[in-house]
Amino acid sequence: MEFAELIKTAKVENVQLSCPGLPPIKGTLCITSHHLLLSSQPGGHGEQGTVELWLLIRNVDAVEKRIASSLGTITLKCKDLKVLQLEIPGMEECLNIASSTEALSSVDSVMMMYPFFYRPQSMKLKDGWQLYPLQHYYQQIASETSAWRLSCVNGDFTICSSYPLAVIVPATVDDNVLKKAARFRQGGRFPVLSYYHKKNGTVMLRSSQPLIGPNRKRCQEDELLLSAVLDGGERGFIIDTRSAQAAKQARVMGGGTEPKSSYPRWKRLHRPLERGRPLQESFIKLVEACNDTSLSMDRWLSKLESSKWLAHVKGALSTACLAAQCMEREEACILVHGAEGTDTTLLVTALAQVILDPDCRTLTGFQGLLEREWIEAGHPFHFRCAHSAYSHARLKQEAPIFLLFLDCVWQLGHQFPFSLQFNEHLLLVLFEHTYASCYGTFLCNSEKERCLCEVKEKTHSLWSWLNQPSELKKHLNPLYTYNALVIWPSVEPQSLQLWQGLFLRWIRSSQYLDEAWAEIQRLVTNCEDAPEESAGRTLCHSQPDAAYPLTITGTANEG
Amino acid sequence: ILHHHIAAVEKLALTTSGCPLVIQCKNFRVVHFIVPRERDCHDIYNSLLQLSKPASYDELYAFSYNPKQNESKRLQGWQLIDLAEEYKRMGVPNSNWQLSDANRDYEICDSYPRELYVPRTASKPVIVGSSKFRSKGRFPVLSYYHRDKEAAICRCSQPLSGFSARCLEDENMLHAISIANPAHHYMYVMDTRPKLNAMANRAAGKGYENEDNYANIRFQFVGIENIHVMRSSLQKLLEVSGTKALSVNSFLSGLENSGWLRHIKAVLDAAIFLAKAVAVENATVLVHCSDGWDRTSQVCSLGSLLLDAHYRTIRGFMVLIEKDWISFGHKFSDRCGQLDGDPKEISPVFTQFLEGVWHLTEQFPQAFEYNEAFLLQIHEHVHSCQFGNFLGNCQKEREELKLKEKTYSFWPFLLDEQKKYLNPLYNRDFSQKLVLLEPNTASFNFKFWRNMYHQFDRTMHPRQSVFNLIMTMSEQNKQLEKDFKELEAKMKQRNRQPEELLTKEPLQSVHPASPALKTSPSFKKEQPLLPMNDSIRTIEGSNTADNRYSEYMEELSKAEPAVVSLEYGVARMTC
Repeated sequence: MEFAELIKTAKVENVQLSCPGLPPIKGTLCITSHHLLLSSQPGGHGEQGTVELWLLIRNVDAVEKRIASSLGTITLKCKDLKVLQLEIPGMEECLNIASSTEALSSVDSVMMMYPFFYRPQSMKLKDGWQLYPLQHYYQQIASETSAWRLSCVNGDFTICSSYPLAVIVPATVDDNVLKKAARFRQGGRFPVLSYYHKKNGTVMLRSSQPLIGPNRKRCQEDELLLSAVLDGGERGFIIDTRSAQAAKQARVMGGGTEPKSSYPRWKRLHRPLERGRPLQESFIKLVEACNDTSLSMDRWLSKLESSKWLAHVKGALSTACLAAQCMEREEACILVHGAEGTDTTLLVTALAQVILDPDCRTLTGFQGLLEREWIEAGHPFHFRCAHSAYSHARLKQEAPIFLLFLDCVWQLGHQFPFSLQFNEHLLLVLFEHTYASCYGTFLCNSEKERCLCEVKEKTHSLWSWLNQPSELKKHLNPLYTYNALVIWPSVEPQSLQLWQGLFLRWIRSSQYLDEAWAEIQRLVTNCEDAPEESAGRTLCHSQPDAAYPLTITGTANEG
Repeated sequence: ILHHHIAAVEKLALTTSGCPLVIQCKNFRVVHFIVPRERDCHDIYNSLLQLSKPASYDELYAFSYNPKQNESKRLQGWQLIDLAEEYKRMGVPNSNWQLSDANRDYEICDSYPRELYVPRTASKPVIVGSSKFRSKGRFPVLSYYHRDKEAAICRCSQPLSGFSARCLEDENMLHAISIANPAHHYMYVMDTRPKLNAMANRAAGKGYENEDNYANIRFQFVGIENIHVMRSSLQKLLEVSGTKALSVNSFLSGLENSGWLRHIKAVLDAAIFLAKAVAVENATVLVHCSDGWDRTSQVCSLGSLLLDAHYRTIRGFMVLIEKDWISFGHKFSDRCGQLDGDPKEISPVFTQFLEGVWHLTEQFPQAFEYNEAFLLQIHEHVHSCQFGNFLGNCQKEREELKLKEKTYSFWPFLLDEQKKYLNPLYNRDFSQKLVLLEPNTASFNFKFWRNMYHQFDRTMHPRQSVFNLIMTMSEQNKQLEKDFKELEAKMKQRNRQPEELLTKEPLQSVHPASPALKTSPSFKKEQPLLPMNDSIRTIEGSNTADNRYSEYMEELSKAEPAVVSLEYGVARMTC
C-alpha cells in the first residue's frame, strides 16, 4: 500500500480552522501520509507561514462532513478529545480531504504507523528502550530475598504469547512446572510476581483465570506454584476482579476460579470491575455529557451518573486499596486475576503499587511501573486504544482501561498533592500517546508483537523523549517530597472528582487555573523563569523537533 | 459542641450496647453517642433539646462570652467596619445620590438601617409614598454604586401592586433612580423569584412591576426558589451525604434530586446578569424578591463581588456582609434558628451565598485575598451566637438589644487571625486588571462543597493541603528574606569603615556571591525545611479543638470509627 493512493487532494488554500475557545485561523491545509498541517496565510490571525496545526492523523477518531453549496465543513473529533473544525472551499476538496483523513486514520497495520517514520535529529534510536529492564527490578528483589528467581521459560514466547521474555517466579519452582501450570491458565498466563513489598516481604502475583472448566479440572503444578509462594502456615488472598457469579459461569467456557478444595490456603475475594464494552460505553457517555455545555444542572448530574465513570473509578481504587490492605495490614501474599489477566488485573496490581510503594510515585519509578505492569505485562494497547470516545466505527476490543488507571492516579495525586513526583501534565501526555503517538512505546499488544515488528529497533521510545531535561521539567510536581508512607485514598463519592483537566480540557478555558498553578510553581521553586503553561492547550500534537512555534496559547473564552 | 450549634437531636432505637443519640449541628458536624443507660440518654436528650433552643436573646452565648478584653478595645472593635466610609469609597453622596434622613428613627421601615442613600431627585413625599407601596415598607434604596459606570445597584421589596394597583410615588421613585444614571435611558428591574411565585403573590395584593406603568424599565424574572424550597433542598443534600457506604451513583442521583447545585447555579447566574448589566451595559439595576432580604441580599452581594475587587479582600468582604446582609435586615436570627421559633423560618440563604463565593474562588484562584477557611469560619460564627454581629433580625432590633454595649464584634477577632485566612495565591494586580469576574456557569463547574458539608469528616478530605503548605512556605520565605536583609545591612555597616581602604576588586567579589545568597530563601526539594507535620497536610477545621490532626496512614478505604471514651461511663463517639 502506498500512502499516496489514499491522498486524493494534498493541498487546499483558504481553509479556516476553528477550535472552541480559540480565534479562527485561515490558512493552507496540507495532508501528508501521517499529518494534517495548516499554515497560516495573510488575512488570517496568525503570522504568515506559521504552522498553526500539526495534527497526527492517527489522532483523528471521527470525521464528520457537512456540505452547504460550495463550502464544506469537516469536523475532526480527535482521540485526545479535542474537536476541530475545518471550513474548506470547494465541495470536491472537502470530500477528498474527509475521505483521505478517514482512510489514513484507520490504517491498521502497525508497521505503517508514524513511529516507524519519525526520525527526530536530537534522539538516537535504541535510547530509552533499555531503561527499565525487568532484570533491574529483579535485582532489587534479589537483594532482599532469595525466594524468587528470574525465569526465561518464555524465552521464545511459546509458553505465553502475551508475557515478556523473562518473568519472576518462586525460586523453588522449576521451569517444567511453569510450563505445565501455564497450560492450566488462559492464554498461558501462569502466576508470576508483580510486586514485592519490601516492608514485610509479602508479594503480589498476577495471572489469568485457571482453566477449571465444566469438569472441574485440577492442575497439580499450578497448585504447587501457588503454594510455593506461601511459607509454612501462611495464608494468601486471591482477588478475583469478577463477581462470584461471573467467575462460576466462566466454567462453562472452560475458565473459572480457584476452588477452595484445591487451593486450601488461599481465600478468594470477589470484587467485580467493569471492563470491555461497558467501560468503553461509560467513557463515550461521559465525554458526550462533558461536551454539552448547555445541559441544565439536573441533566448534567443525571448524565454524569448514568455514565457510571466515577463509579468505575471508585471500584478500581477500592479494589486496589483492598489489595494494598491485604499486603500492608494482613501481611498476606495476594494473587490478582480476572479472566484474561490483561485488563482489570493490571489495573489493580499497578494501582496497588502506586498506593503502597513510594518508588512508584517518582517519575522514573512510575515509568518503570508502566513498562513492567502495562506494556511488558501484555495489556493489548493496540486493541484497547484503537478508537476513543467519538468513533462511529463498530466497537471491537476498545476499552479505556488504561485511561481509568490514569484517572485513578490523578485522584491519588489530587488527594496527596505532595506525594507524586509527576504532575497532571504527564498523565495527559500518557493518555494522548496511548491513542496516537510518534513513539513506539504503546504500539502493539504484547512483547511478542513488538519483537515481530521490531518496534524497539525501528521506533523511538516515549521515555527517551520524556526524560530529556527540557521535557522532564514540565512533568515534575514542584510540591513533591518523598513520602515513605502508604497513601490510603478516600474512596467516598464525596472525595472523588471528575478529572476536569482531561475531560473538560478542550471545553472550558483553564487560563485562571493555569495561572494559579504557575504561581504555585513560582512560589515553591522561587525562580523567575517558572514555566508558564502547565496543561495548556496546543493544537499541535507533540512534535518536539519541529522548528515552528507550535503552541497556541488558549485565550480566554469566558472572559 | 456549642449548644447554639445544635440543629437537631435524635434518639434512635435501643441497641444492645446502649441507646444511640445523634446530634446534628448547624456547622454540619454529626455526632453519634451511645449512652449505656437509656434513662441517661433520655435526660441528655431533653437537656440538649432545651439548651439548644433558647427562648430569649439574653440566653445567647454572646451575652456571656468574655474574652477578657478591655472596654475601649471592645468598642473600637464595633467601629472597625464603618458603612458611611464604604459609601464614600463607592463615591456617594455625589451630585446624583444623597443620604436620606427619612428612616432616621426607623419611621418608615423598621427592617432597614437608619442611613439610606437615595437619588437626589427623590423628594421625601416620594420616598414615603413609595415605601407605603412596598412590602414591609422596604422602598428602593442604593446598595452599590459603580463609580466608573455611574450605574447603581438598588434593592427593595415587591410592590403591593396586586392585579392593577399603581402608585405614582413609586413610579416616580423608580424614575428618579433611572435618571440618577446620567448615561442611561433604561434600568433593569430584576425580580429574583420564579415568575409563577411572583404571579401568585398578586392574589395577596403584592406582585411585581407592570412594565407599562413604569417609564423605561426592563423587567426580568430570575427564578431563584424561596426559603422553604432551599431549606428542604439542603435537608435532602445532608440526608444523601450522611448516608453510610454511599455508592457513587446514589450520591450523584441524590445530589441531583436535592436540587442544591441547581439553586446555587441560579443564584450565581442572577448575580452575573446583574453584574453584566452594570459593567457592560452601564445600566442601573433594581433588585427585589418578596421581602427583599433573602434572595435580594444574595444577588446584590454576589453581584457586587463580581464587580468590585474591594469585596474580594478580607476587609472588603466583611464590609459586604455588614452592608448587604446585616444592615439591610437579612433575618439572621430567624434564618439560623437562634431562638426557639418557627422552624419554617429557618433557611440556608446565607450558606448559599458563602457557597457561591466559594465557587468563585475555585474558578479564580488568584482573585480573592481570603481562602476557604475564612468562609468556613464566618459560617461557623453566624451560627455560634458567640458575637453580637449576627444576633437579631435587623438593625433596630440590634440597637434594642444593646449589642454594642453588651457583646463583642466578630470582625476584629477575625482580623486578628487573618494570617490563617490569607490566600497565598492572591494577586492584587490580577484582581484589579480584571474588572469584572465572569465565571463560567456551565453545569460541570459546580461541585459538591465537601469541605463545608463534611468539614468534620476528615477521612474525606485531601490528605495534604497545597494551600497550607504554600502559606507556611511563603511565611518562612518572608522571614528568611527579612533575615537576609538584616544580615546584608549588618554587613554593609561592618564594611563601611574599611571601605576607603579597600580597592574595588574585593568589593565586587562580594557581589557574585550575593545571587547565590539570594536563592537561599527559596525552597529546594532536598532542604528539610518543610515542616511536614500533619498540621499542614490536613485541611484545618474551624477551631483547633475540633481539629483532629490525623495520621492518615491509620485510615483505610473504609473509615473506622474513632473511639473516644468520655469521662463518665463508656460512651462511644463516632464522628
